[in-house]
Order: sequence, then structure tokens, then C-alpha cells
Amino acid sequence: MFTRKSVRTLLILLVILALGSIAGHAQDNSNVLVMARAADATGLDPHTQTAFASLRLLELIYEPLVTLDAQLNVVPALAESWEFSDDAQTLTVHLRQGVKFHDGSDLASADVVATFERILNEETGAATRANFLSIESMDAPDDSTVVFNLSQADVPILTAMTDVNASIMSSDVIANGDPTTDAIGTGPFMLESWQPEEQTILNANPDWWGDGPFVDGIDIRIIPDESSILAALRAGTIDFALLNDPLVATLLADDSTVVLNRAPAIAYHVLQLNAAREPLDKLEVRQAISCAIDRQEVLDTASLGEGQVTGPLTIPAYQLPLDGYFCYQKDLEKARELMAAAGMSDGFTLSVIAATAEPPTALSEAQNIQAQLAEINIAVEIESLELSVYVDRWLAADFDAAIALNGGRADPYTMYARYWTSTGNLNTVAGYRDDTLDSLMAAGRAESDPAARFETFADFQRHLVEMAPWIWLYTGYEYTAQQPYVVDFIPMPNDSLYYLNQVRLER
Amino acid sequence: MRYPSMWRYLTQRLIAFVPTLIGVSLLVFVAIRLVPGDTIIAMLGTEAGMLTESQRTALLEYFGLDKPAPEQYVTWLGNVAQGDLGYSVRHGAPVLSVIIQRFPVTLELAILAMIIALAIGVPIGLLSAIRHNSLIDLAGRLFALIGLAMPNFLLGTLIIYGLSVYFGILPNSGDYVEFTEAPLRNLQQLIFPAITLGFAFSASVMRTTRSAMLEVLGEDYVRTARSKGLRERTVIMRHTLRNALIPVVTLIGVEMGYLLGGAVVVEEIFALPGIGRLALNAISQRDYALVQGIALFVALNFLLINLLVDLLYAAIDSRISYAGQN
Repeated sequence: MFTRKSVRTLLILLVILALGSIAGHAQDNSNVLVMARAADATGLDPHTQTAFASLRLLELIYEPLVTLDAQLNVVPALAESWEFSDDAQTLTVHLRQGVKFHDGSDLASADVVATFERILNEETGAATRANFLSIESMDAPDDSTVVFNLSQADVPILTAMTDVNASIMSSDVIANGDPTTDAIGTGPFMLESWQPEEQTILNANPDWWGDGPFVDGIDIRIIPDESSILAALRAGTIDFALLNDPLVATLLADDSTVVLNRAPAIAYHVLQLNAAREPLDKLEVRQAISCAIDRQEVLDTASLGEGQVTGPLTIPAYQLPLDGYFCYQKDLEKARELMAAAGMSDGFTLSVIAATAEPPTALSEAQNIQAQLAEINIAVEIESLELSVYVDRWLAADFDAAIALNGGRADPYTMYARYWTSTGNLNTVAGYRDDTLDSLMAAGRAESDPAARFETFADFQRHLVEMAPWIWLYTGYEYTAQQPYVVDFIPMPNDSLYYLNQVRLER
Repeated sequence: MRYPSMWRYLTQRLIAFVPTLIGVSLLVFVAIRLVPGDTIIAMLGTEAGMLTESQRTALLEYFGLDKPAPEQYVTWLGNVAQGDLGYSVRHGAPVLSVIIQRFPVTLELAILAMIIALAIGVPIGLLSAIRHNSLIDLAGRLFALIGLAMPNFLLGTLIIYGLSVYFGILPNSGDYVEFTEAPLRNLQQLIFPAITLGFAFSASVMRTTRSAMLEVLGEDYVRTARSKGLRERTVIMRHTLRNALIPVVTLIGVEMGYLLGGAVVVEEIFALPGIGRLALNAISQRDYALVQGIALFVALNFLLINLLVDLLYAAIDSRISYAGQN
């Protein structure tokens, strides 16, 4: 009796399986892009949501004044053109004509002013406020012109305006709506529905000012396990995917049926040393650590060689040849000499914090560094922490050393002012300051000539590497994967999905 | 006499729920706040370091975390008593509606897994016990060993790998549909996670059934039944199995309680929007109200199922009665 029942159950399962194979490709011929990713946005307010997962959604709905191209140059978005005054203390922005918000209202200078007033208002809790503190006042001489009056020369403010967190909101929503639920932007896609951790439906914005979008919409699905995303790509049930884990992404490299996109990332993997703590306060000890670590080996072990060893600045335009940096070739003899000079020949115990799975390579990096530092008698203790616990300790600078993947920015000043100026919000976390860094940063902020800026930041990088408050390791890739019929996507070094507005489906 | 005292028993049990639930909620309330990192850090990550003090205060106020913890707890408890579990900042919706939206997935998955586990576990356990020490018994025990030893993330991943690479299908690619919307598609999406969960559980069902059967088969009344000349089939089905099922029912009760708390790993791998993933995300996002709400909900489930199991005992085994000693 029971055996007959189980035979019947088995038969039912087989029938379901067979039906499953028929229904596998449900969305053939549709012009909607089905996209999968592991993490969902944490909220819809573009000014307060800073998680990468949130930005990847919000940048499709909202747009900033200016944006970045694939080489990280500042290019027009809602602003058609702009100019700095000679002293770089006034920035005049000319808005694009005929831009409409998703609710049908026209974009005007008042919206831009209201947006930056909202960002600067401390009640809002916008983390990006720190980048716009030089705005003293704003004028809107006509509907399509905004003048930013700055308290000091501030060239990087333009790059800061490319940030999703500086997206332009409608003044009407700011005054009368709730930006945490009303996603009214100007972007190429409009939010139809958002079910957190499940599914987000975006429709193409028919009134978008640019040429596009060429799909009818995007169906974003959250598949928390990246191996399952891989499986869905192979089964053909999704068209496009975001991947974080190089170990998962590289599995697609030999797959002829799926296209893997790699964009060299500007986010950098780094071993942060806390120079405020003993014995890391000794320059020799930090330098010894720098000399003892073979950065390429960390990259090869933790990320299967998927990336490049890097100095502090990861923006292509500011990169320097690596052999110009202090101890970028592993030199154990020098490392031991430095340890001896610091009176630390017998070594010490170094506690390193690493977040589990953020980035996925963090623990492997820590383990490789542990093995390498053992050669100069430094015993590394790895503390593996849940992400928020890690961030909590990181922000409190409660660590000897930390494995981190820090986001890059398109401008060196915006990228590092928070860490390497003595007034920077995260200078305590960085754990180190000196006058040279301060003066080079100040010079770089005011300088508008690109060649002179490059030189300033070259000095800045060389000095930083020599002082070795952090050990910069490598940059990886930002991975996206797609079916061969998905064409014209431009992968971005900052992982931005904005250029999904150019994607076509040629099934 | 039987029914009034039955009611009294039920009432007593239900009243006992209250202190248990308060205990659970207090424990969870304290625990989630003891974990370092708050809602702001979970939302902003390292960018939280860019906030000024008054920006932080504004956000705390927005999240309702600016009051002292005891005050927060009392307010929350008062609201719960009125049926309001609070507001999830992450989902931008009341906690209760978020839970109710997610619960059907978990419930359906648990029931399916249970059916699979019983359909596989009971017959194999039965056969193993009847053909004690035979080849069938050996195979059954081997099956149980594999089932218990194989973690479900491995089995789940293997199933997904097999389906996608060799068959080119993946019924659920993050587009879960509810049973009421499309029953067939819903079953396609849930059957593999249910097999994954049910497989490991069928192994424990098999082992429990087998050992209980072996024990009961040695009882005097079974020998009596046999010596009366009853057919072996009748002896097994009517006299043995019924009594051997009591430990299995206990097992089902406990396991069902766990399953209704959400099968985190399986929900993650198969991208199912169930209670387990909801809880995991709520914890990592430090969505305090949601964490507390889910904990309370899961605890209540557990208590109700325990009560149900106790009542089932009485139905299966007439020696057990909660209606007094008469």
C-alpha cells in the first residue's frame, strides 16, 4: 500500500519535471530585459541610500546633473553644459531643455536648487552632504540655469555631482511627497513596483531625453545565491546578471553560451593598518609589512589573478607605474631589516578584521597575508565578522588592521579627502595624518589644470605608499553576464548600470 | 466530563503561551540590540561615517530608535497587544502584512517537504523493520545515513546544477508565483526545494519508524495478535504501525516547527521569498521591528504545533488522555 503510494508520488514528480522543462523559457520574444542580482536595494530615497545594491537600482530611475562615461570622464546628463569661474569658486550649470520627471512635470532650475538644499539639510541624513559643504549659496537666474557659489575653490565638486546620491529630485516631491516611496526621477526607467528581496519591475520612460531605452522595461529579480544566478543564466531564464564573486564569474569564462563582461574596477582591495596603534605607529613596522607582502600573490590566491595590482589611485587617468612605488616588489631582507630597526625582530601579533563574504574574497586575502607575514614573525589573527559588525568596528577604528574593499570615485579628491585630510570624516578610521598629505590634497582640490593636478596627485600617491598607513593590494573587475542576444551594454568601472538605457535585445 | 476538562486543558495551555511569547520577545529584543551595528550602519555601510552628529540623530528619530530601549520595548509590547507588530523600515510596510505575504511560501514548502519525507521515510522504515537485518534493511539504513549526512545546501546546489546544466531548466529564477496565481508553475518551483528539505527529513523519519517498529514488534500484544492467527498484514498495519507512529508524530511536530521558522539555506539557494530569508535579511539589515515580529510569529507557530501534536497523541494512542484520569 505504501509502496504503491510512493510509486504514484514519484510519477507525479516526473510529470511535474517534464512540464517544468516545457515552461522553462517563458519569456521568449518579449522585449523586457530579465535581470538577476544577489542583493536588493535597501530603500528608494536616492539621497540617503548609499549601498551599492541600492545605487544599481536608483541610477536607472534618477539622474544626476552630470554623469561618467566608460573612461570616467564627466559627461552631460541633466546638465547640458557647465563652466567654472577662473578662481573655481563659481560653478554655472545650464540645464538640458525639455526634460520631464516621471510624473510629467518639467525639470527646472528650482528642482536642482531644492535637491541640493535637501542634501545639505542635516535632517535628511544624506551621507554625500560632506562632498557639497563648499556650496555657500545657489542662484537660479532663469529656469534652465543654476549658479553654485562656493566658499572656496572646489574643482572636485563637479565629479561629486555625478554621484547617484546627488540625483535631481522634483521640488514638488521634496515639498509635498515622500521620497522614500515616490520614486519620481527623470531617468530612462520608471518604477512600476518594488517588492523588497523579490522582484522589481521597471518600465521604459517614453519621454526620456536621450536616445533610448530600447527595451520595454526591466524585470529585476533577486536570487541571493550567485551560483543559482549562474544556473539561471545557463538555463536561459534570465537575460542579464550582476555578479560579485570572481570565483563564480570566472566559471562563465569558458562558457560559449553566455557572455561575461569584465570592467576593470575602481574599487580597491586594501589592507588598512591602524597607525594610531602600537606597534603600527612605527613607520618601519608599517613599511616592513608593505615590503613583506607580495601583492600579486594575494591577487592570484584570493581572486584567481582576476585584476591588477594597484597603487592608491585606481582612476585610469591618475595611475602611476607600479615600480615607482616604495617596496612594490616583495623584499623580505629589507622587511626584516626594517623590523630590526623598529626593535621588533621577534615580531608581534597583528589582529586583522575581515567581513564575511563582503567582498567574497576577504577571507582568502586575510589568509594569504597571514601566511606571508609569518615570514617576518608577524602572527596574524583573523577575526571574521558579520558585515554590520565589521562596519561598526571599522567606523570606530576599533582594529589593528582591516581587510577592506573600498569604493573608488572618479576624482582623487572626492575619493580620498575623507581619509587623508586631517579634517576628513574618516581620518580616524584611516588612522594616519601628516602635513604633506594635507597640503597636497588642498592643492589638488583647487587646481583646475589637468596636468598640474596629475603631478600633485602623483606626489600624493608616492608619499602615501611610502608612509604605508595602508597596504594597497589590487583592483578586481566589475562583472556582468548576459545572453548573446543582449547587445550594446557598456560595462562601467564603477559598476554603474546607467547604460542599460542603450541595451537592445536581438533574440 | 471529558469535554469540559478538555476545554480546561486547552485554556491552560493557551494561557501558558503568553509568558513564553513575552520571554521570547524580550530575548530577541535584547539580543538584536546587543549585536553591534545599528539600522543606520546596515543601510549606509561605511558611508555612515560621513554623517554629522545631527544627521545621525535625524535618522535615528526617523527609524524610531531615538528613545531609550526599555521605553521602545514597552511601547512595542503595548502595540503588539493591540495586534500591531510595528512597521518595517526596510519594506516600508507593516510587519504583520510583510509576514503574512511571505508565510504561504514557507507553509507550502514545509507541508510538501513533510509529505515527501513521510512518503519516503515511513515505507522504508517499515520495510527495514519487517525485514530486519536483510539486504533491504541495509539499503534503508544506508539511505538514512546519506540523508542525514548530506547537508541541504549541497543537495540543493547539486539539484540546481543538474537541472540547469543537463536539462537546461530552472523552474524558479527569482520569479516565484503563488499557488493561487498559477498552481502548476508554483508546484514546479517548489518541488525541488521540497525534495531537498524532505530528503534529509525522510532519513530521520525512516530511522524513527524503523526503531519504533522494532520495539513494538517485540511487544506482547503483537505476539498475541500473531498467535491468534491474524494475517501478518493486519498485525503490522492495525496493531504495530499505529503504536509505532507516536515517536514519528513527535518528530514531525518538532520538525514542522523548525520548517515553519523558514528554511533559510534552501530559500536562499532556490530564491524563494519565505520567512527564513525574510528573517535573515531583517537581521542583517537590523530591521528591529521585523526581527521581533518574525520571532514572535515563529514562536507562536512552534507553540501551536506542539499543542496540536499533544492532542494528536491522544487521538492515536488511547492510553493517553488529557481529560483527567477517568
